[in-house]
Amino acid sequence: MAYALRSFEYWAYSYRRVWRGSIVTSIVGPVLYLSALGVGLGTLVNKGNKLGVPYLDYVAPGILAATAMQIGTFESSYPVMAAIRWTRQFHAMLSTPLRVRDLIVGHQLYIACRLTMVGAIYLAILAAFGALHSPLALLALPVVVLIGLAHSGPVSAFSAWLERDEGFNALFRFGVMPMFLFSGTFFPVTRLPHPFREVAYATPLWNGVDLTRHLTLGTATVWQSLAHIAYLVLWIAVGHVLARRTFQRRLVL
Amino acid sequence: MSATAPLIHARGLRKEFGTLTAVDGIDFDVQRGEAFGFLGPNGAGKSSTMRMIGCVSPPSGGTLRILDMDPVHDGPKIRARLGVVPQLDTLDLELTVRENLIIYGRYFGLSRKDVRDRADELLEFVQLSDRANDRVEPLSGGMKRRLTIARALVNEPEVLLLDEPTTGLDPQARHVVWDRLFRLKQQGVTLVLTTHYMDEAEQLCDRLVVMDKGSIAEGGSPLELIRRLSTREVVELRFSDEAPHVDEQTFGGQVARIETLPDRILLYTDDGDALVPVAHERLNPQSVLVRRSTLEDVFLRLTGRTLVD
Repeated sequence: MAYALRSFEYWAYSYRRVWRGSIVTSIVGPVLYLSALGVGLGTLVNKGNKLGVPYLDYVAPGILAATAMQIGTFESSYPVMAAIRWTRQFHAMLSTPLRVRDLIVGHQLYIACRLTMVGAIYLAILAAFGALHSPLALLALPVVVLIGLAHSGPVSAFSAWLERDEGFNALFRFGVMPMFLFSGTFFPVTRLPHPFREVAYATPLWNGVDLTRHLTLGTATVWQSLAHIAYLVLWIAVGHVLARRTFQRRLVL
Repeated sequence: MSATAPLIHARGLRKEFGTLTAVDGIDFDVQRGEAFGFLGPNGAGKSSTMRMIGCVSPPSGGTLRILDMDPVHDGPKIRARLGVVPQLDTLDLELTVRENLIIYGRYFGLSRKDVRDRADELLEFVQLSDRANDRVEPLSGGMKRRLTIARALVNEPEVLLLDEPTTGLDPQARHVVWDRLFRLKQQGVTLVLTTHYMDEAEQLCDRLVVMDKGSIAEGGSPLELIRRLSTREVVELRFSDEAPHVDEQTFGGQVARIETLPDRILLYTDDGDALVPVAHERLNPQSVLVRRSTLEDVFLRLTGRTLVD
C-alpha cells in the first residue's frame, strides 16, 4: 500500500494543475441538470405522481450515480492510455521500486478521491434543492465511490488493452451513453421492454442508481442495499483482476 | 555481497518475444565502478538486454544476477538501487523541470525535504538550475536528456543504466552529456550503456561488448579490441563511379585486409602513408584518406556491416 500511495501522489500532483476548473465543473454540472430536468422537465412529467415523489427528487440521485459512472470511466480512459503511450509515466514508475499492482491501485485511489470530492459537492447541492429526504443520504457518498470504481477498474483494463485511442469513441457511444440513458437514471427500468430490462438490471450503473435513490429518498432496506453493494464490489474486483492482466501485458514485455 | 562478485552477472541470458529471439544466450559481467558498453546496430538486442537488467522485462532463459539478487523476485529491491535513463524520454511534459524530479524521487520513497534538496543539487549538476520552474515541454532535446539523467540519479544509484543516451542529440549537446557522464564515472558510479555510436563507446567505455543479431561477437576495452581485431591505420579510398574490384594481392603484403563498401574501399594496414602512392597509382581513386582504426572497423570486421545503416 505504501508503494501505491507513491503512484497516487503523481496523479494528485497532476490534478493540482486543473483543480480550479474541475471544481467549477463539479458545481455547474449538477445545478444545470437539476434546473433543466428536475425543475423544468419535472413540471411536465409525473403528473399523476406515479413515482410517489417529485420528479426532481427522483432524478437527482440518478444523475449523481450516472456522474460517478462518467468520472470513473473518463478518468481511467485517456489518462491510462497517456500514462502508457504518451507521457509514458507508467514506464517511468516501473523503473523505480513500484510494481504493476501499485500503478493500478494508486490510480484507482486517486479516482476514489475525485469521486469523493464530486460526490460531496453534489450531495450538498441536492440538499440545497431539497432533494434529500433522509439522513441515509450521507451513505450515498461511499456508494458514489463504489459506483465510480466499478467502472474505472474494467475501463482501465480496456484502456491498457486498446491499441489506439479511437476505441474510446466506441466506449463512450455504445457503453457510457446507453447506460446513462437507460439504467434507471431518468425513468424506472420497468418502463423498458423485456430483454432490455434485464440488460439494464445487469449493469453496475442500475445497481448504483437504485441504491443511491433508495438512500436519498430514505427507502433503503438492508438486504437489497447489501445485494447492490456486493454487485458493485464484484465489478471492482473483476476490473482489478483484468487490469492486472492487461497492464502486465502492455508494460512488462 | 562479496567484494569480488560482479555487480551484474549474466550467463546464457536469453530473451524471446514469441518466435523472435532478441537476445540469444549472452555472457557478461559488469564490475563495480566501471563503464560498460553494449555496442551494436539497431535491433542487435541491446535494449532488450537493458530492460532485463533494469528488471522490467523478465529473462526468457539463462542466469541473470544484479547486485547479487534475482531480478524476477527482487525487482523492487534492485530497482531501488538502479538509475535508469530509457531510450524514449518518460518525462511529464506538463509538469515543471523540478516537479518531474520531485515526483520521481517520491517513487523511491524519499522524504519531501530530502527530495527537494536533492532536486536542487541535481539541477545544478546537469546545468538546469535556471530552468527549474519552467515546464518541460519547450526544453530542447539535450536539456530533456540531461533532466532524464538527473532524474535517474535522484535515488543515488549504484548503477546507472543508459539506453542510447545521446541518440538524436546535436554534437554540442552530446558533448555536454558525455562530460556529465564522465564526471559520474569519476565519482565511482557504475555506468552501463548501449550505443550505436562508436565515438560514444570509445569516449565513455572502459570495457564493451559488440552485439549483433542477439549475440555477443567480441568483448574487451576499446583499445584492446582495435589492436586485436584491426590494424593500426586505415586507408579510405573513394571513387567517382563504382569501386574497382581489388583483393589483398593487389598490394602485395602491404595490406592485411580489405573491406569493400558501396561507396568506398577500406585498406587495413600498419603504415597508411606508405600505401597512399601505391593506391593512387594502381586504382586512381577520387580521394584518399588515412586514419587510425576505430571501433567501427572492429565492428565491420566482426559483422561485415557498418554500425549506422
